[in-house]
Amino acid sequence: MAQKTEAKKAGPPAVDAELARRLLADMMLIRRFEEKAAEAYALGKIGGFLHLSIGEEAVAAGATSVLRRDDYAISTYREHGHCLAKGCDPRRAMAELFGRRDGLSKGKGGSMHLFDQSVNFLGGHAIVGAHLPLAAGVGFAINYEGGDQVCVCYFGDGAVPEGEFHEAMNLSALWKLPMIWICENNRYAMGTSLERALAQTEIWKFGEVYGIPSEPVDGMDVLAVRDVVGRAVERARTDKTPALIEARTYRFRGHSMRDPAGAVYRTKEEVEREKLRDPISLFREKALKAGWLSEADVRAIEKDVNDRIDDAVAFADASPEPPVEWLLTDIYKED
Amino acid sequence: MAVMTYREALNLALREEMKRDPRVFVIGEEVGLYEGAYKVTQGLLKEFGPKRVVDTPIAESGFTGVGIGAAMVGLRPVVEMMTFNFALLALDQIVNSAAKMHYMSGGQYNVPIVIRGPGGPAHQLAAQHSQSMEVYFYHVPGLKVVRPSTPMDAKGLLKAAIRDDNPVVFIESETLYAVKGEVPEDPDFVIPLGEAIVRREGRDVTVVAYMGMMYRALEAAEELEKEGISVEIVDPRTLRPMDAGTIIGSVRKTHRAVVVEAGAGFAGMGSEIAAFIMEQAFDDLDAPVERVTGANAPMPYARGLERAKTPSKERIMEAIRRVCYAERS
Repeated sequence: MAQKTEAKKAGPPAVDAELARRLLADMMLIRRFEEKAAEAYALGKIGGFLHLSIGEEAVAAGATSVLRRDDYAISTYREHGHCLAKGCDPRRAMAELFGRRDGLSKGKGGSMHLFDQSVNFLGGHAIVGAHLPLAAGVGFAINYEGGDQVCVCYFGDGAVPEGEFHEAMNLSALWKLPMIWICENNRYAMGTSLERALAQTEIWKFGEVYGIPSEPVDGMDVLAVRDVVGRAVERARTDKTPALIEARTYRFRGHSMRDPAGAVYRTKEEVEREKLRDPISLFREKALKAGWLSEADVRAIEKDVNDRIDDAVAFADASPEPPVEWLLTDIYKED
Repeated sequence: MAVMTYREALNLALREEMKRDPRVFVIGEEVGLYEGAYKVTQGLLKEFGPKRVVDTPIAESGFTGVGIGAAMVGLRPVVEMMTFNFALLALDQIVNSAAKMHYMSGGQYNVPIVIRGPGGPAHQLAAQHSQSMEVYFYHVPGLKVVRPSTPMDAKGLLKAAIRDDNPVVFIESETLYAVKGEVPEDPDFVIPLGEAIVRREGRDVTVVAYMGMMYRALEAAEELEKEGISVEIVDPRTLRPMDAGTIIGSVRKTHRAVVVEAGAGFAGMGSEIAAFIMEQAFDDLDAPVERVTGANAPMPYARGLERAKTPSKERIMEAIRRVCYAERS
């Protein structure tokens, strides 16, 4: 029997102005944050690897909109959006990218390692697949403590061929862990397309094998993501059923700033075609058409987001470098 | 004090810590129903139930990651590696996740986990099941690494490891599980990590050794006593952080040092110990530091070859005589 879940009527509440405002603002905040990060990278203010999720914002915004503050989220090295959506301070996130002392991780983590304990964001992890078992451990701990939180784990299609994906799926089903596994399928693991990496490219079907309710969703449609994740969270909270959700999305930029065009392994036409499904434009149009938001509302959200990110950049710029003594602190937790 | 085996001492430490702290749980392959491949977890399932004694499928990376994730949000897992050879499947989790979490999160998330099980040379278990594993871990900042040689240390150090707020790699030995010794029954008895112990006092030479090699060095010392050589034996017990102070103190007294290790010599523990003795006590030395190490070869199966792989009592005695410039009597 297929594990693909049937739509139930008990989903998240219908969209109102407040929700529409939040979803649009969250997506725009992520977009603006990353556009500014790309600028700062070009100016040499951010170093190392910088992986942008531009085009994928609906997944983070939609999924987080059905979570409680005490729910957990954990992610990959393309995690700015997940951390921002979960509620971290964009100023401290930007300061982390700048490698400054006021960064979320004191400048020791960088773009790939954003953590924010105050919002239960358990980090950006940069070994593909390795954070899935960690996420299962968080689910294990929730059950151990008798809590009703859930743990959302974001990962890319590139993690699916890793053994740890399968170990984590199996353990979460075997032990009934309150996990929401969200695969952000952007069709390319770095430069390797799905077809070149997976014998089964319908990623949600891996859930069937482990008896995990699973389904694909249009990852460019924030309301669709919200609906699917909302139902999964409800199940996980009430009867500890894990879920595997394949959010079909697309990254408009390259794999990292070192792959700016992302053009070797995919065509320009494909990228342009996908950009027509920009999740922010799609939702903005929908919200205007449905009357959830007015043009003035949208302009106000945009201004607020731009102001917040300008402020974040100014904050990061002003934050000092970490003192060199910090090289040797935090290696161990002292008593 | 009670006399018990090394295995029983570990079991007692687990039981005491599980009673003391409800956040402590044991997880791994065959730890529950089977009561542990080496019976270290015997009786725990019955006493604490399946919530706290968690059998896993064979998925080392998976269940080690589960332990690390659970530790990040407040639990205190004790992950059993059926043998430490299998820990290589979880090496990424131990090195990239557990060891670095506190640092790369800027001090937000620590990982109070113990990863324990037997390692080191065993009896005719051949290349993949009989090797010194500590070398893969003690290089890594953020990890603590323990190698307890006696039942008392096994208990006291395991309790300290469980109470530690950092990831601790705790490597026991198949060959020591049946060793008996005196063990304090006091549930508050703990041996702090990072403290070496002088196993045998002597005047002429310092031998640094742990686990099976420590016992072999003790035998060598007894024989050499008859030749008039007085051997001091220091057991580091914790390899990271290393108690260099106790070792250096001993070398300043004896002016000679031999480091014995079961593992292959190349870039081994002996290299590090010899280096810091040279750095910190060069002027105190009356002879170059000697290393007695395992051969730079995988562990062979055949009994004779296996014997030749790890340092023998005779090789330890020869090295001690050399640093003492003593002729064989």
